[in-house]
Amino acid sequence: MKSRIFFIVFLLLTVVYKPFSQEGAHGHDSHAAFDPGATALHHISDANVYSILDFIRIPLPVILKSDAGWDIFSSSRFSVGAHEDGTQAYNGYVMHHGSVYRVNDHGFPMNGQARIDGFSTKVEKVNGKDKDIHYVLYQARSYRLDARSTLDGGILGGGITSFMDFSPTKNVISMILVSLLLFWLFRKAAVAYKNNPDRAPKGVQGVLEPLVIFIRDDVAVPFLGKNYKKYFPFLLSLFFFILGLNLFGQIPFLGGSNITGSLTVTMVLAIIVFIVVNINGNKHYWSHIFWMPGVPIPIRILLAAVEVMGLFIKPLTLTLRLAGNISAGHIAVLSFIGLIFIFGKSGESLAGSTVGTFLSVPLTMFMMTIELIVAFVQAFVFTILAASYIGAAIEEVDHDHVESIHH
Amino acid sequence: MTGTLAALGAGLAVIGAGIGIGYIGGKGMEAIARQPEASGDIRSNMIIMAAFVEGAALIAILLSILMA
Repeated sequence: MKSRIFFIVFLLLTVVYKPFSQEGAHGHDSHAAFDPGATALHHISDANVYSILDFIRIPLPVILKSDAGWDIFSSSRFSVGAHEDGTQAYNGYVMHHGSVYRVNDHGFPMNGQARIDGFSTKVEKVNGKDKDIHYVLYQARSYRLDARSTLDGGILGGGITSFMDFSPTKNVISMILVSLLLFWLFRKAAVAYKNNPDRAPKGVQGVLEPLVIFIRDDVAVPFLGKNYKKYFPFLLSLFFFILGLNLFGQIPFLGGSNITGSLTVTMVLAIIVFIVVNINGNKHYWSHIFWMPGVPIPIRILLAAVEVMGLFIKPLTLTLRLAGNISAGHIAVLSFIGLIFIFGKSGESLAGSTVGTFLSVPLTMFMMTIELIVAFVQAFVFTILAASYIGAAIEEVDHDHVESIHH
Repeated sequence: MTGTLAALGAGLAVIGAGIGIGYIGGKGMEAIARQPEASGDIRSNMIIMAAFVEGAALIAILLSILMA
């Protein structure tokens, strides 16, 4: 029995390693050495195609806007192959490592499909900084690619691009899936409570009830006091959405999406918290930011500057903490798996990769376990911090108490 | 060169956060040992404080990623 379980686990692991072995053996330019950093970053980044186990590729719609107009088509037009690289160009767009790029060079067919032969990357100096510039090979010539489309339009260092990508990516699809799953679970529990209010919790209720009560008793009530009911649905949504996404990102075979590790997602969550906090802030909260009572005037001005900075640092740290923790976990898992290829000299040495496997499997399993804890802790931390910020904003002062301190 | 310096910076930031979270954890355990009935309150405060320390370290790490 034991040996059979071991065999199945080993079989599953070999399947997971398949994409990596291709990465190691073929490399990007003919026989490049395995680069664990680049591989890890590729596997945690968002994509325009949903790959399961590196051979089932679910095409996603691609919505692009450039000076040539809008382009809306399915990403299957790129005929995505290994490494999530496309083998076809369409209307001057190509897919490289799961992302859409636009060709920015004369002579490339900008209309219809064209068969392309591969990609290459060169490090070039742009404004004194080393940047990876990608090239596409087409009929024995290299054509330069524009930088990827980014939310900030390339201001924060992504490079200015000639197109914008509005596509629902892998992360968007995963988020919709998780939302639907959560909706289904909670609806099921809610219907059960409604139909049998006096019965002991059963099935899915048994999972959700302790978590909901935990959020109520350990997060909402201590920080929000008696008015907690107004914010309780918001806190529960935050907690379960983040927890669901964290756990979904942990499943190794389902595309391995890194949703809560994406700064965009966590930034939007933090902005929602920021809006909720500042809309509900009372007079007492704002006076403590702009005109701190009970201190000399020069210090009031100084404190106002610090507090206004703090106003924006709070959502910033919320953003970075969640994204940083989840991404760091994913990178650690991928690096441990990459040990096999580092020991195996990019797939050349079988003995080395065997040693690497025996090292990597326990380390990866250890990291996955840690990640399960991190998934819960980070969802909890995000919720408890949101609750503490809201609590600080709606706190009513006990005036007698304040007076007694000042005199 | 800048990459190496950025890596050193990230390492320094992690040392700081490690010391900070270590203190929080150690003192939290002491507090729980003294007053086991308050362990729930102490634990949630511990996690919040650790999150604040971590936030500072994460800003440093983000800066070193941007500089690299």
